[in-house]
Amino acid sequence: MKLFEFEAKEILKRWGAPVPRSVLIRKGSNVEEALKRSGLEPPLVVKSQVLVAGRGKAGGIRRVDSLEEAVSTVLELFEKPIKGLKPSYILVEEAVEHAQELYVAIIIDRNERKPLVLASSQGGVDIEEIARKSPESIVRKHVNPWVGLRSYEARWVGKKIGLSGGVLASFASFLSTMYRVFEELDADLVESNPLAVTSQGVVPLDARIIVDDNSLYRHPELASRKDDSSEYTHWERKAREAGLAFVELDGDIGIIGNGAGLTMATMDLVHAFGGRPANFLDIGGGAGSDVMRKAVELLLEFPKARKIFINIFGGITRCDEVARGIVDAVKGLGNPDKPLVVRLSGTNEEEGRRILSEAGFQAFTDPVEAARRVVEL
Amino acid sequence: MVVLLGEDSRVIVQGITGRQGSFHTRLMLEYGTKIVAGVTPGKGGQIVHGVPVYDSMEEAVEEHPEANTSIIFVPGRFAPDAVYEAVDSGMRLVVVITEHIPVHETMRFIDYARSRGATIIGPNTPGIISPGISKVGIMPGHVFKRGKVGIVSRSGTLTYEIAYALTRAGYGQSTVIGVGGDPIVGLTFTEALKLFEEDDDTEAVVLIGEIGGDMEERAASLIERGEITKPVVAFIAGSTAPPEKRMGHAGAIIMMGTGTFQGKVEALEKAGVRVARLPFEVPALVEEVLHG
Repeated sequence: MKLFEFEAKEILKRWGAPVPRSVLIRKGSNVEEALKRSGLEPPLVVKSQVLVAGRGKAGGIRRVDSLEEAVSTVLELFEKPIKGLKPSYILVEEAVEHAQELYVAIIIDRNERKPLVLASSQGGVDIEEIARKSPESIVRKHVNPWVGLRSYEARWVGKKIGLSGGVLASFASFLSTMYRVFEELDADLVESNPLAVTSQGVVPLDARIIVDDNSLYRHPELASRKDDSSEYTHWERKAREAGLAFVELDGDIGIIGNGAGLTMATMDLVHAFGGRPANFLDIGGGAGSDVMRKAVELLLEFPKARKIFINIFGGITRCDEVARGIVDAVKGLGNPDKPLVVRLSGTNEEEGRRILSEAGFQAFTDPVEAARRVVEL
Repeated sequence: MVVLLGEDSRVIVQGITGRQGSFHTRLMLEYGTKIVAGVTPGKGGQIVHGVPVYDSMEEAVEEHPEANTSIIFVPGRFAPDAVYEAVDSGMRLVVVITEHIPVHETMRFIDYARSRGATIIGPNTPGIISPGISKVGIMPGHVFKRGKVGIVSRSGTLTYEIAYALTRAGYGQSTVIGVGGDPIVGLTFTEALKLFEEDDDTEAVVLIGEIGGDMEERAASLIERGEITKPVVAFIAGSTAPPEKRMGHAGAIIMMGTGTFQGKVEALEKAGVRVARLPFEVPALVEEVLHG
């Protein structure tokens, strides 16, 4: 789960980190009153709260020199979609005068199976760009998960990116706070970029936290958050509510598979024949007719999917169950006019094929043939 | 010889009384897996498909000291405890089927298991099978056949599909290992490749990867360094997956520019690995590398 910038900063602040003075404005509230009451002094930075990368370049972050300008900019940004998403919140902050911008993040090193601190003196651009332009500036420090990040290690990182004196102490303290948040929230990522160097020490100009979805049961306050401008599209949210693993894509062929690897391979296969997948939908291993029905219903309603390709390899999943789910969904929605291509192979394949043909559907055995057919339609 | 799972494997099923645990216990027994006990706290004394159930691993091992392998069907929030319990009771191999375990937990229990010399497979794995000998997992047994090809994979169903295609083409399998679809797993591609390299019964290895992480790249550099001399054929899923989106598996995500399809294929091909463009090309490539 991705947290908004304002949520990430609130959490860092709660754990003792300095953050810029700010006010959060919710869509539909009185912007002028909120800004006046906040006591913030220009220059200000007005920031659209959307969960997409490259917000600044897309025009979602503006610097303004007066309260009046701030009011009009807030109103403007509420109406401005950033990569298709309109914000429900705008964060207005006091601009922070600074001499330098740093990069700092804590991620999980999948191979070493340890938390990894990444830091660079060349902040302000994303880590991929830093890695391209000045890879030598990136400092890496693995953390023993049993011991945690000790303060001497945080100082070591600061020193390696060229800090000293009061700034070094302030950076080390900020990084230690980041690590506590990383542990406490079961985060996949805690990042500040840019982290500004000011005369008073370091201040995060931006902050990003991604919490491990699998740990949300331990963080009910986050799990219960419902927000329209979150990281998922309308259809992705609908699918999640139905318990389906679904990702919206740009093409027009709806995809259903069983198992993440097979479903991805099905997308790839469709692509190889010149088709463009509209989505990824994995019904998982061992799914019954019920799950299949929900999945097919979703894609029958999903407007981007002009046609649907269902690719099932029956292992523990039974082809007859799958077939029943498909027929139930199509009948339940009054036989909508959307072409459906099914490939069934494996456990109870014959029975599944019989159920489908009785309902007027043909099922392929060979996925390559089926993929070719769906692209042609 | 087989990899990790053989004639002498004696299995305890943790979470045996649950729906999944009980269902797959039956399928594993039918396949010939030697299951000696099951564990579910509070359900000690029950019998599931003829297998005695105990309240704890300690009690199970006391009655069945020959047990050396466990398979875990316990739900996500309780699964880490089950792993520690398995390791502390002396299991050498622990197969964690459970999906949705917090990765911070996995990071710690794998470290703990390794420090005590135990091997973890998973989490979020279909398990491991040595066809015709034993299966500790949830894969459908009938798609596999005893033979000389090792398979190591991050996927479930896609592995069955490819294994079945190999079986039909006359290429049976020595051992098939699902390493799991999570970001952090107990047994990696490089470790599995080293095991297959030392296995007399394996003549070639099929590696089934997907986007996310860098296990495939690391496997490629191991091969490039000459540490794997047996031929390797690969397939990587996700050439059309967008960045920063989780594709079903928690580990299948391109993040901060790492884990791309192109990166993996380039690394593997540079190491001399034949990479199939479609899963169904794998048998033909295996044929080529074995019989040129």
